[in-house]
This record gives sequence, C-alpha cells and structure tokens, in this order.
Amino acid sequence: MAESDKPASRFSRRSFIKTAGAGAALAGVSAEAQEKKPEFLGPDASTLTLTVNGAPRQVTVEPRVTLLRALRNELEITGAKEVCDRGGCGACTVLMDGRIVNACMIMAWDAVGHEITTVESFGTPEKLSPVQAAFVECDGYQCGFCTPGMVVSSTALLKRNPNPSLDEIKAGLAGNLCRCGTYGRIFEAVGKAAKNMAAAKPAAGKAAKKGE
Amino acid sequence: MTLSWSPKTLAEAREALIQGATKVAGSTDLLVVDHATGSVRDSVLNVLGIEELQGIRVEADQLSIGASSTFTRIRESAEVAKHAPLLKDAARTIGAAQIQNRATIGGNIANASPAGDSLPALLALGALIVVSGPRERRIVPYNAFHTAYRKTVLGPDELIERILIPLPAPAVQVFRKVGTREAQAISKVVVAFASDRLDHRILANVRLAMGSVAAVPVRLHEVEILIEDNPLTPELAARAAALVAKSITPIDDVRSTAEYRRHVAGQVVRRLLLDLLAAPPA
Repeated sequence: MAESDKPASRFSRRSFIKTAGAGAALAGVSAEAQEKKPEFLGPDASTLTLTVNGAPRQVTVEPRVTLLRALRNELEITGAKEVCDRGGCGACTVLMDGRIVNACMIMAWDAVGHEITTVESFGTPEKLSPVQAAFVECDGYQCGFCTPGMVVSSTALLKRNPNPSLDEIKAGLAGNLCRCGTYGRIFEAVGKAAKNMAAAKPAAGKAAKKGE
Repeated sequence: MTLSWSPKTLAEAREALIQGATKVAGSTDLLVVDHATGSVRDSVLNVLGIEELQGIRVEADQLSIGASSTFTRIRESAEVAKHAPLLKDAARTIGAAQIQNRATIGGNIANASPAGDSLPALLALGALIVVSGPRERRIVPYNAFHTAYRKTVLGPDELIERILIPLPAPAVQVFRKVGTREAQAISKVVVAFASDRLDHRILANVRLAMGSVAAVPVRLHEVEILIEDNPLTPELAARAAALVAKSITPIDDVRSTAEYRRHVAGQVVRRLLLDLLAAPPA
C-alpha cells in the first residue's frame, strides 16, 4: 500500500491541502490558460466537483488521489473501505452511474461527471434497506469490514436480477472477498433480500395498475 | 500521477501524445502496478473521454470495437454476441463485475500481459488494430502487434483507437480458461479456437490461440495445420494435445508450473475437439 500520501495526522494533512489549494488558485489567476479550460490537471491540487449520493461535493486534491481516498479522507464518507488498494477485494465497492466499481481503482478526477453512489445512501440505522436488513437477519458477516462492499454489490445485483439463482448470486459477488469466510450466510442474505423485496412488490404493482 | 489530461477528441489528445503521457483507460492494471510499487507517473492521458475510441458497430465487412469499450459493454453488445461470441465469453471471465465495468479492451491489448484474457480471442478472430498517433493512423494485424514480453509496436506517441474483426466471423468459436478460481484469477492457460466447419468432421481456416503459455499471446500454427489436414476423431484430438504441449513455451511462476501448463493446454484442446465431435453442426 502506498504510504506516501498518508498524513502524519489528520490536522497536518488538512492544513497542507488547504495551502496547496490556495497555491493552485493563485496560479490559476496568473495563468495564461485562464480563459479556456485547462488542458490538464496538476501537479498542484485542483478543486473537483464530484456527484456523491445525488449531491455535488467539492474536493481539492492532487491528480494522484483515488476516488476512494477523496471519499474517505476529504468528504469523510467512510462506508467504502480501503483494504487491498489494488482492485482485488471489493471492500471499496461503490456505484458509478449505477454500475459497481472499485473506488480504489479510479482516480478522483476520473469520477468527475459521473454519479457516485455509496453505501451511505441505501438506508439509515433506523430504516435499513432490504439488503441491509437481510444481512442483519441472516447474520451475513463476522468482522463486518467487507459488508459495505457486499451490500453495494448485492443491491446492484438485485436491481439487475431481482430473482437470482445461487450461482448468479455467487457470480454477482465474485469481486467481493470476505476474509472471515461467511460466504454461506452472505449468499443466504442476498436470497432472503430478493424474497423480501418480491413479497413487498405485488402491492406496489397493483397500485400502479390501479393508477393506469 | 502528476499531470492528468482528459481530452474529448483525438485532435485534443495530440499534445499529451507528443509529450509521451502514459495512456490510461479503466486503470485496473496500471493502478495495481503503481499501488504495489509506489511508482508515480509524470503525466497520464485518460483516453476514456475520446469519442473516436467509443462504440461498438458493424461497418460493411467488419465489426468495429472502440478501444475504450469496457468488458461489460462487450458482454452486453448484441453485435459482439452475434459475430464474436468468443470475445463475449472471454469478457465474461475477466476479473469480476467491478473490473469488467471499468477495464477496456484497448487497455487489455496495450497492457500486453501474456495472460490478458481477451488477447487469444482477438488472435483467433483475426483482429486488426487501428493505431493513431499525432501524425498518422495505421492498421496493424493483431498477430504482429506483440513483439516480445510486454512489448508492442505501439509508439510512445500512439494509442489504440479501434479493434476491427473481419466478417463473416468464423462459424465455430470456443473460449476456454483455466485459473485458480472462476473470477479475479489471473489465467494459468487461456485457449481461443475459431474455424469454419465444412462438415461434421472437417474443419477449415483453423485459428488456435493461447495466452499464459509464452512471452506473448500466440497462435499455434502447426496444431492448426494438423487439425485442418485430418478429419476430427478422438485420435486426432490426442495427437493435437501432444503437439500443443510441444509447441508452447510456458514458464514456472507464482501461478503455475510450466509442466502443468503444458499438460493442461493440451488437454483443453483435446476436450475442445472432442466436444466439437460430439456436437455436429445443426
């Protein structure tokens, strides 16, 4: 894991980024490229507008910062976890334009213009999403570190395929690793969520028909 | 990454190409290397926004696939399913959904890993690569694209614009992959087979390509000729398997041994031929 951009403390990193941001702004004023859009970003930090959970959010980061670190360190949206930092484990899974991606494998600047959705948007402690509720009901975790990524991948899978077979569930979650090995209960939870969502649906279907 | 460029057209990409920026698409290989080694790129050219590199379409006598097509787009494309099911099957085995949603076919080619899963499929389909630089555009037959381990004909100021697959595509197309697990595993052996079928036992225009068995993705020309020259029988399948084992130059590495790869590559081809024998053309 690259340690180079890990701050010694939260405070010192924040101060550093503020300074870097101010430098970039000053440079921007005097730059001859002021009138047209700059051809490139960097090496200083640039202010980027990301769309996260439906809202525009600004981050001021250097080009080398990943979407995952922008979410976690700049926006304090910490549901997506940094574990392998090389696209192998899925703990950082978020949705980009509705599709699951590893946030550690995307640079923050590359996420500009795309809709980023994190596990934070799915439910609240008071009102869990159907997938979150099924994970609780089936005990679909042990240490819980992979759970946010599992929930994001499962939610995306059920949106595309509301009634998946066990093999389809396994394929849909193939990019998410659980170090505790609770796969059996995770797959059970996804099946349970599918059932619960289907059971909740007929009423909505009827209402829609009546409305026609 | 110190500088990042995100042009919308090839014309806008010109300056970054001349400066020799590292070309990056889904970055699913580049960032693995960079995060593991801590290396920093001076400047990167993000090709995902370049319009000339986008879209999958049939043009007259070819299937034209934009280099920035992700493997998810390739899996979902009706044109790919119709003309290049081999490529669709390869796309399905790459990484997992998170990777397929970002990784691109152009990136797979330019990254030039001998284990790239889509690469034998492109060899078997007789693909052509459209390469664009600041001055000219040229077309390179894919079988001449990889020159040595991780080396290609792509110049520092060039990028892959599109992949062309000549049509009509071969009637028989089969993809096989051997890995530690189905998803997220780098292949031990990749096999792509394409041919025409004159009748139940006679195959013509055979193209047999493999990955992870040599320094570059390779065609097995001697095995192809053996299969073309003889009617399909269990004996031929066994002879082909023996010739495969002799024709490849695999290595021992963290994922497998050369001995295992030689054996398995041969057996995959044997079973593939037996499966064809068991399934006469409709």
